[in-house]
Amino acid sequence: MATERIEELRREAAEAIGSASTTAELEELRVRYLGRKAELTQILRGISELPKEERGPVGKTGNEARQELEGLLESRSAELDASELGTRLAEDAIDVTLPGAPPVPVGAQNPLIRTQREIEDIFVGLGYQVMEGPEVELDYYNFTALNHPPGHPARMAQDTFYVDPSTLRTDLRILSNGDELPPGPEDVVLRTHTSPMQVRSMESRPPPIFIVVPGRCYRSDPFDATHSPIFHQVEGLAVGPDITLADLKGTLDEFARAIFGPERETRFRPGFFPFTEPSVEVDVSCFRCGGSGRLPDGSRDPLCKGIGWIEILGAGMVDPNVYGFVSDFNYDPEEIQGFAFGMGIERIAMLKYGVPDLRKFFENDERVLEQFR
Amino acid sequence: MRAPDSWLRSYCDPKLSVEELADELAMHSIEVERITHAGAPDPEGFVVGKVLSVEKHPDADKLSVCEVDAGDGGRTIVCGAPNVAAGQTVPVALPGAVMPDGTKLDKAKLRGVESNGMILSEAELEIGDDADGIAVLEEDGWAPGTPLGEVIPVSEPVIELEPTSNRVDCFGIYGVAREVHAITGESLADAPWDGDAEATGEGTVTDYASVNVEAPELCPRFSARVFTDVQIGPSPLWLKARLIGAGMRPINNVVDITNYVMLMTAQPLHAFDLDKVPDGALIVRTAKKGEKMTTLDSIERSFDEEAVLVCDRNGPSGIAGIMGGEVSEVSDQTTRVLLEVATWNGVNILRTSRKLGLRTDASNRFEKQLHPELALRGQRIASQLMVELCGAKLVPGTIDEAADVPKAHHLELRTDRAERLLGMPIEPKLSSEYLKRLDFQVSGRGKTLKVTVPFHRHYDVTREVDLIEEVGRIHGYAKNITGTLPSTSGQAGRLTREQRLRRRAEDAMRDLGFDAIVSLSLTDPGLPGRLRIPDGDVRTEPIGISNPLSAEHSVERTAVIGSLLDAASYNRAHGAERVALFESGRAYLRDGSSPHDGVLAGKFVGERPAPAYEPWRIASIATGALRPGSWRGEEVPADFYLVKAVLEALAHQLGASVEVVPGEEPFLHPGRSGRVLVQGEDSGWIGEIHPLVCREWDLDAAAGFEVDLAPLVAASPVGEETYEDVISYPAVHQDVAVIVDDAVPAVEVRAAVVEGGGELLRSAEVFDLYRGEQVGEGRKSLALRLSFRAADRTLTDEEVAERRTAIEVAVDKIGGSLRE
Repeated sequence: MATERIEELRREAAEAIGSASTTAELEELRVRYLGRKAELTQILRGISELPKEERGPVGKTGNEARQELEGLLESRSAELDASELGTRLAEDAIDVTLPGAPPVPVGAQNPLIRTQREIEDIFVGLGYQVMEGPEVELDYYNFTALNHPPGHPARMAQDTFYVDPSTLRTDLRILSNGDELPPGPEDVVLRTHTSPMQVRSMESRPPPIFIVVPGRCYRSDPFDATHSPIFHQVEGLAVGPDITLADLKGTLDEFARAIFGPERETRFRPGFFPFTEPSVEVDVSCFRCGGSGRLPDGSRDPLCKGIGWIEILGAGMVDPNVYGFVSDFNYDPEEIQGFAFGMGIERIAMLKYGVPDLRKFFENDERVLEQFR
Repeated sequence: MRAPDSWLRSYCDPKLSVEELADELAMHSIEVERITHAGAPDPEGFVVGKVLSVEKHPDADKLSVCEVDAGDGGRTIVCGAPNVAAGQTVPVALPGAVMPDGTKLDKAKLRGVESNGMILSEAELEIGDDADGIAVLEEDGWAPGTPLGEVIPVSEPVIELEPTSNRVDCFGIYGVAREVHAITGESLADAPWDGDAEATGEGTVTDYASVNVEAPELCPRFSARVFTDVQIGPSPLWLKARLIGAGMRPINNVVDITNYVMLMTAQPLHAFDLDKVPDGALIVRTAKKGEKMTTLDSIERSFDEEAVLVCDRNGPSGIAGIMGGEVSEVSDQTTRVLLEVATWNGVNILRTSRKLGLRTDASNRFEKQLHPELALRGQRIASQLMVELCGAKLVPGTIDEAADVPKAHHLELRTDRAERLLGMPIEPKLSSEYLKRLDFQVSGRGKTLKVTVPFHRHYDVTREVDLIEEVGRIHGYAKNITGTLPSTSGQAGRLTREQRLRRRAEDAMRDLGFDAIVSLSLTDPGLPGRLRIPDGDVRTEPIGISNPLSAEHSVERTAVIGSLLDAASYNRAHGAERVALFESGRAYLRDGSSPHDGVLAGKFVGERPAPAYEPWRIASIATGALRPGSWRGEEVPADFYLVKAVLEALAHQLGASVEVVPGEEPFLHPGRSGRVLVQGEDSGWIGEIHPLVCREWDLDAAAGFEVDLAPLVAASPVGEETYEDVISYPAVHQDVAVIVDDAVPAVEVRAAVVEGGGELLRSAEVFDLYRGEQVGEGRKSLALRLSFRAADRTLTDEEVAERRTAIEVAVDKIGGSLRE
């Protein structure tokens, strides 16, 4: 009977397909059992010649067998493909422990720039804008309008670099005061702090004003581990109708926590700056010993010298005399008040990253820079 | 400013430990530098002794064997001092005591005799200067064995203070004590200037001396008293100990008194040997130009016309407020003393002191401006001591050449205003109390206090806000202020667009493999020369400093490249083989301006323009393998094209583009350098560093660029982009190869293609260069990838073919042809 032969073929073919081990072998089986000349094909092709009552069962069995075998071929083929690919891929294996190549160089960040950005971002988050000012600056903004009248001792205490007038644009070359008179507002200096921007910014916009001013400053301090003739500061200025010394404290607490860790707090000590009154020196609780002054082994914490506090910046309430220089711009000390602060970026970076010597920031040694990304 | 603990507590003793006391001062008044010690580290082992007997040492001529009662009946001490004698009360160190120099005292055998301790000299105790013999305690009644610390400051804690320049009152121990009183409320001793000496001398002061102040504006007050029968000698031990504790060397009783009163009150004094002042006539005048004198430190100094001198008839006798002269110095032979207590103009003293490079304890106080009233206080205290310690007679009368003494300030303190400024409430009663403790006179009740400022705070406290600081700090910031955040901001915190794009540019440079450096912008005036920049170039005319620390840092840089060469050279010298650095920073030019706005273009807010032009630059340098080699391929050393790729990528990061055209710089390889154009504007240079410049910086070869950031930011669409539909009508891509004469630069070829391509040509990038037989000798083939697109339709083949024909025409104009 044809149907029995079909069953036989189906079993035989299924077995052969199951044990085929290559795709080539499988192709051979496909030709042998399902090809044009295959017995099953012939049976199906000759179906019309069968007796009428057999046509139905033979056709059905034959087609079912064909479909089943096609299915088996396909799935076996997929299996074999996968395993052959696996073999091929295994042969393609490489040493993944070799370094990537060619290498893509990645530059290093500078710890000062990093710290400056971090400070800027903290204050941007607190609602401040970032302003910048000139480094070659008029005495007027650097001293006079900051309540350092000519002859004021604090002017001299700041160890100012004065610009040689003969090296300025001709219209700025005022007769040198030289030895005769103290430097006056028309003189040109390399700014000794970022504070000149307090007055420049207030001239440019009415209160309220909330700004920070990062930038480079200069003082005639010879190089040593904690001094450099060139250094960086961030100035802060907040002026409005009712800004208090307590607001300064709260603001600097937020800053200290953001930059030195969530447990930090600040404390104020009396200080003196001509352009703030009251003036304060600001300490942050030591982030190494937690403020106890002692390390876990009981020894004295060298970072805060056992005090538990580290001085980080100077600040205060803007002196009414400073508002006197911007009274034309809606700054009336009976109507508005506010605070200012100035911090050294190098100092913050030294504390934060444990840099022992300020000079390291300006050597630009790659071996140091590479530690910062 | 050194404040010996026992001296300070003699005026106000709040019964706190020295550490607590220092902390109170730091938190309410003045900065504390540190707490140190004068004398021995510990008073343990130092006692009062009574010398019972003295015998010559049997085997040593210069030694004596003494029996000393140190409270334990008697012990043998071998002593080398010539002045030791039975019956003396002396300081004794027992075995185990640690001496001021750190050595621990032990029993010792001296030439066979065991010594159980040591009788001490002033110098050994570090309470005086006398090293020639043992100290003899003059004060009687101290029982043997009494701890020596009860008699003299054997081991004295010293608080080292750093008063700010506005607090000249705290340059005197009594002023510091007043602060302790204000902070703690502990009672303060009566002011030492309340009393005065009885004048028992003959005649009146004008019989002996005269003073003529020719420069009253620089000498607001000059007071003088005369003492006769002065017996010069050493000061008593207690005085020496106080001076040494405060950091001064005892000299003799008269000089010590002047120093002591200064240390107590902040008012400096000066003693003249009256017999060395011809006719006792003093003249205060400004110096003649070049005038000279020899000061007490035996140095001859010359003056300018601003220096004020105290002169006698023959010439200068002292520099006002700074240092006396040798000519009238008090000596062992002095019997008559003229005591000067003056007030000088602080600014003038500061300037002269700076000019002479001579800073003294006196000038340090005078330069902060003392009130003329303090001078007479100084006279009164010193007079009492002169009588008491030198046996002197005070001649009646005081010479007092004084301009008008400034009137005390009368101020109002609104206590609610104080609260509004400080953000902490202080009871009006407390405010009043704090001010009174600080010696302010206060009247009025309720919320407005009427306040009179004491003389010692005259120049410091002139306004209500200064009073607010006083009550605020004494009340205590640390204890009483609770941090709050400002309630008004009125704006969004943000970086400006240019600040954000600058960060983007810096980050791009790092992503491209360059390290960010921050270099010193002060440089050497010889730098332009080392860069081969010829005279006449603006970069050879830097902004200079009048008072530089060194020539090496005496001018502002006019270009950033010098800083980068320095840093590259440093790193090469320290073993780096590949150096790729960039700096984002300013150059400083005396003149110049930018067509752009904003801080990157050197435009700053403020009514008065900035004195210089400070454009923001991005500059880079690379030396060695900019593209590093690996196990897989060769390295590519930094050259023109590699850094140009970096510059192009930088511009791309900002959404801008740069064009480079041939152009030279004296410090660049003449054939491998170009100008950088941004939207047609010359914005800087790019190129390989000139071999001679490389040699100057010990570099093999290097390439870099320096561009103004403002034009790049101006060209950047970042943040201002508008969406363009590139999907509905996609672009058609085509490649063309242009064969041209080798001399025609690529930028011209591209320009011709772009011209021919017209509006539909959206981009044209050179991607291949070929020279060889197929294009003929002296010619090259440049392949460009073109992208055509229209916003409103899909382009037809005909349209693209038309553009191609137009390109062919344009290329023909530069002598080129399209390769089929």
